[in-house]
Amino acid sequence: MCNTCGCNITPGNRTHAYQPVNGVTAVSVLQNLLARNDDQAAHNRRHFDQHQVLAINLMSAPGSGKTALLEATIDALKNEFRIGVIEDDLDTENDAARIRAKGVPANQITTGSACHLDAHMVHDALHHFPLAGLDILFIENVGNLVCPASFDLGQHRNVTLLSVTEGDDKPAKYPVMFRAADVVLLTKSDLLQVLDDFDPMRAESYVRDLASSVPVLQLSARKGLGLEAWLHWLRNELAQQRARLETGATVRPKVQPDGVALHA
Amino acid sequence: MHELSVCQALIAQVEQLAAQHAATGVKSVHLRLGPLSGVEPQLLQDAYPIACAGSVAAESALLIDIAPLKVKCETCGAETEASPNRLLCGQCGDYHTQLVSGDELLLMSVELLTGVA
Repeated sequence: MCNTCGCNITPGNRTHAYQPVNGVTAVSVLQNLLARNDDQAAHNRRHFDQHQVLAINLMSAPGSGKTALLEATIDALKNEFRIGVIEDDLDTENDAARIRAKGVPANQITTGSACHLDAHMVHDALHHFPLAGLDILFIENVGNLVCPASFDLGQHRNVTLLSVTEGDDKPAKYPVMFRAADVVLLTKSDLLQVLDDFDPMRAESYVRDLASSVPVLQLSARKGLGLEAWLHWLRNELAQQRARLETGATVRPKVQPDGVALHA
Repeated sequence: MHELSVCQALIAQVEQLAAQHAATGVKSVHLRLGPLSGVEPQLLQDAYPIACAGSVAAESALLIDIAPLKVKCETCGAETEASPNRLLCGQCGDYHTQLVSGDELLLMSVELLTGVA
């Protein structure tokens, strides 16, 4: 009996046999479902690297203080680094206007009703946004703890914000998002004294439950508390990016290489 | 959720494969998804007929395998099952683990209708 002519198919196993090969070609693919997005993201990343820019993707729920964090960061670093911001919301130019008021170039993407940025939208925005001369580009994603985690934009690092007015168990509720973080920022920390239900230690332990050893930092952008640790992280990332560029290497957010290595 | 846009990206990939093999249609599309992929299998199934309508993959079946969630401990070396928000070692409880399986979002294979040989 052989596997060629069909003589191995007996009355007993006929129902399990593969359908006749006539006219059907099975093609093995083993490709990420978001391969097109990932190709575009890799293109964006090369573009950032060529311009020697560190690209940081900010993600959080709406109202966690992404724009306020950027304002405080720009105030602290504007004499040290040249910063650019791509803002993204469903509608309005409000956030870009807040950033421009700080004297920093900002491009606003409005996604209509789309709930996340993808690599193509960022690529389109880059056409209107000169990278030359920038040190750090912040990409403020749509406020959403679900979808943005799944789309690589070409950024080097992910920052996830969790404001203390939210629940401290959000990392357990949104594991895909918090697993994607290279640093977790507990924002609006000045409000901790009036909130009795947010325990920063508990929030951190939920992050550790995701097998993540990334820094979990507390800060208040409005009151200027705890910013130094965040600025230190940022300066360190920029130094590492510059060292990588010397050797022609690049980096993706921490969580993504795992998947790529496993599925290669 | 973004299942429809994921489905549209999937159909674009399938259309490309169909064109490469000069296929006249698609019989089935086989995916492997992990619980940490960020994609809900049922929502993907619901979005699929909308995304494939009018394409070469219209009428095709979407088959989804769910990958198990497994971590390997960097401390004790054990490989154990985990849950999406508790990726701790099932043996020693350490959080220094690497995901071995569970974040897959993979197009495994397609069956193309390529006319009678």
